[in-house]
Amino acid sequence: MKNLKSLALVLSLFPLSFSVFAAGGKVHLDHADTDIMDRASLQNGAKLFMNYCSGCHAISFMRYNRIGADLGLSDELITENLMFAGSKPGETMVTAMPEGAASKWFGGVPPDLSLVARSKGTDWIYTYLRSFYNDEARIFGVNNKVLVNASMPDVLWSLREAQSEAEFDNSVRDITNFLDYVGEPAKLIRLQLGKWVLLFLGVLFVLTYMLKKEYWKDVKYGVWRRRD
Amino acid sequence: MSEQTIDLKKRRFLTKATGVVGAVGVGFVAWPFLSTWKPSAKTKAAGAPVDVDISKLESGQLVRVLWRKKPVWVFKRDESALDALNSEDLISKLADPDGTGNSKNQQPKYVSSNYRSIENKEAIAVIVGVCTHLGCSPTYRPEPGASDLGGDSWKGGFYCPCHGSKFDLAGRVYAGVPAPTNLEIPPYQYLTDSLIRIGIDQKNT
Amino acid sequence: MKNKQSWIDQRFPLSKVWNEHLAEYYTPRNFNFWYFFGGLAVLMLGMQLITGIFLTMYYKPDAASAFASVEYIMRDIEWGWLIRYLHSTGASAFFVIIYLHMFRALLYGSYKGPREFLWILGMLLYVLLAAEAFFGYVLPWGQMSFWGAQVIISLFGSVPLIGPDLLVWILGDYAVGDATLNRFFSLHVIVLPLLLVVLVFLHLVALHHVGSNNPDGIEIKENKDKDGIPKDGIPFHPYFTIKDSMVVVGFIWILCAVIFYAPALNGYFLEHANFVEANPLKTPEHIAPVWYLTPFYSVLRAIPPMFGSQFPGVLAMFAAILIFFALPWLDRSPVKSIRYRSPIYKWALGIFVVSFVMLGWLGLKPVTPTYALLGRIATALYFAYFILMPWYTSIGKTKEVPTRVTE
Repeated sequence: MKNLKSLALVLSLFPLSFSVFAAGGKVHLDHADTDIMDRASLQNGAKLFMNYCSGCHAISFMRYNRIGADLGLSDELITENLMFAGSKPGETMVTAMPEGAASKWFGGVPPDLSLVARSKGTDWIYTYLRSFYNDEARIFGVNNKVLVNASMPDVLWSLREAQSEAEFDNSVRDITNFLDYVGEPAKLIRLQLGKWVLLFLGVLFVLTYMLKKEYWKDVKYGVWRRRD
Repeated sequence: MSEQTIDLKKRRFLTKATGVVGAVGVGFVAWPFLSTWKPSAKTKAAGAPVDVDISKLESGQLVRVLWRKKPVWVFKRDESALDALNSEDLISKLADPDGTGNSKNQQPKYVSSNYRSIENKEAIAVIVGVCTHLGCSPTYRPEPGASDLGGDSWKGGFYCPCHGSKFDLAGRVYAGVPAPTNLEIPPYQYLTDSLIRIGIDQKNT
Repeated sequence: MKNKQSWIDQRFPLSKVWNEHLAEYYTPRNFNFWYFFGGLAVLMLGMQLITGIFLTMYYKPDAASAFASVEYIMRDIEWGWLIRYLHSTGASAFFVIIYLHMFRALLYGSYKGPREFLWILGMLLYVLLAAEAFFGYVLPWGQMSFWGAQVIISLFGSVPLIGPDLLVWILGDYAVGDATLNRFFSLHVIVLPLLLVVLVFLHLVALHHVGSNNPDGIEIKENKDKDGIPKDGIPFHPYFTIKDSMVVVGFIWILCAVIFYAPALNGYFLEHANFVEANPLKTPEHIAPVWYLTPFYSVLRAIPPMFGSQFPGVLAMFAAILIFFALPWLDRSPVKSIRYRSPIYKWALGIFVVSFVMLGWLGLKPVTPTYALLGRIATALYFAYFILMPWYTSIGKTKEVPTRVTE
């Protein structure tokens, strides 16, 4: 019981103690400048994600056929290009890596990336993937400026060597864009639908405004009593 | 200013216009709410087509597979059973033998009328095992002349224990039983000679 | 038509209710912008109830599947994302409206006699709504749900003597867990909504009994014509039903703009860390309640532990809410409306608003020495508004109140 009391005390002071970490861990993040309406970018991002990331990272809230429908890819195309052998189009995108092996290789299960764009933000992903540097002290020989002592190897190194800096930035931007979409697939619908909803409500507002004006003439001229 | 500027006609028009546009708006709002009751992506994925391997299926044998949470029977009929399906003796006892009456929506267009199976695969029947009366699953009673089912007049088929509906080995309903229509034939196709996919219509050949 | 009406009227007071509360309910004709929010609050309650009913059909109140079930709603249920955003963004919108509604009462002295009971019912509604929102925020079972609940419920552990036992009793476990989530779900979807609906009904009964206040703070019932109709009143229907319809459409326009273009409002309406599933082994870097509860959270943090206990801070936090109940008896001013109040009251109200907003903003920030100091100053000013009220409302020159409403 004593423990609980001190726990309560500690917890209520959390913001104090943790602010230190927050201040120390602040890194400048580059602006990702992604455009979720750019379908080519999303398609390229999906391809890159499947090639470089999906071996270890699941996006287990995402279904293959949803990506197909949203990105304009046919079932055959996603079966050939995106899916692991043996999966069905309606299934969610889990990883092929067995959990035990993952813990042995990386010291933990690589996180599911379904919602990474919502919890970390696109700028973070974009900067993180471009911030690996050589560090012999780490097991994979690399470290990261954004996530210090990240246990992830620099999986995009081959891509970086093959591409110019601008091309590489674009590739990372496409992956980021794809992850932004994965974080909230409904974003595509809501951004498209939003203007029509507001337009409709605008029309309805004008009508109700005119109606109100018309009725309130009674009040203005003090004649509301007549029309009982 | 005088009350002459109050235009009752305009007022009535605006009231109606706002009412109509507002009602359309309510409809737009209702739609998403009602749509949430449709099967979700997860449910649809779980209701995906099911493959059945029939290479080991013997004459008279019946296997049940689950498709969209419903039992589907896949079974093989022998020559005598197929002959019985064509016999005038049986057909005269059925409510809708050729599936053109009440039961016309109970089977895809590509199955033949008496066998209710895909052409050149007459022996194999694929039938949704849900009674068209109140949704029980009938039992498989392939043996002709079963004494508890009317003796000689019974040509083999399915009997629903809930309310006594009877169906023949093509899932056609007998006349005078509670079930109103023949059993449903699901959409299906042959991927190979021995592999059936239930849930997807046969492609036009 | 006529027949049908009388058939019902013989059995149910339909026409009577219609007339007493709509067609012949006389409302001051000088209502301004600040009087939009009562009606909008009813709209929001309805919207939260309906969206909530639908979310309950898909949400799973189980620590193992709650987080995934919210994403199931966001992705796999057709239009589920819209219902969820209406509910989550709606919660924030509800509080925007309620705070403006309460501020209106401060502006025009709506809590003063004969509306003290109306005010108390309203404050009860506010307290229940805050509880409802708190329980609701736990349900998505993200990191902020978990740790927010952990921190706030731990406060009960600081109650002297019974604290630790009380804490375990509330949690149903030794830390926030499945049992806690399950009971909070029940409270969120059944107990509190029922109480809210009943209290809103009583709030409206009280309102229609005493009549609405207005920006001039005068009683229109004191000036009636020969038919007994207030000279400054107009029937609620159709004039205010139509005006409020317009306001409702305008408000929904704004709400939709947020829902379709920034539903999480950059972490203010849905916090970023809440998109990570609850993990009892890993605290997020910075825990903050959602914006609408931060003013009181700041008060909590402003009071330092005393005698090795956090309890005084907890008391201060609850006092900051409860002191609102005393408002009708703290205000000694002879006038209601800000229009006729003394300059010193206008200053007091201005400072109060600044301190409240300041506390709200500070509650979202991590504590630094500067912020801690600011928090204490704002807390002092916050309480000063109430404690000094009997004094500053009885001095200073008020303006003469007209007998009829002004335009």
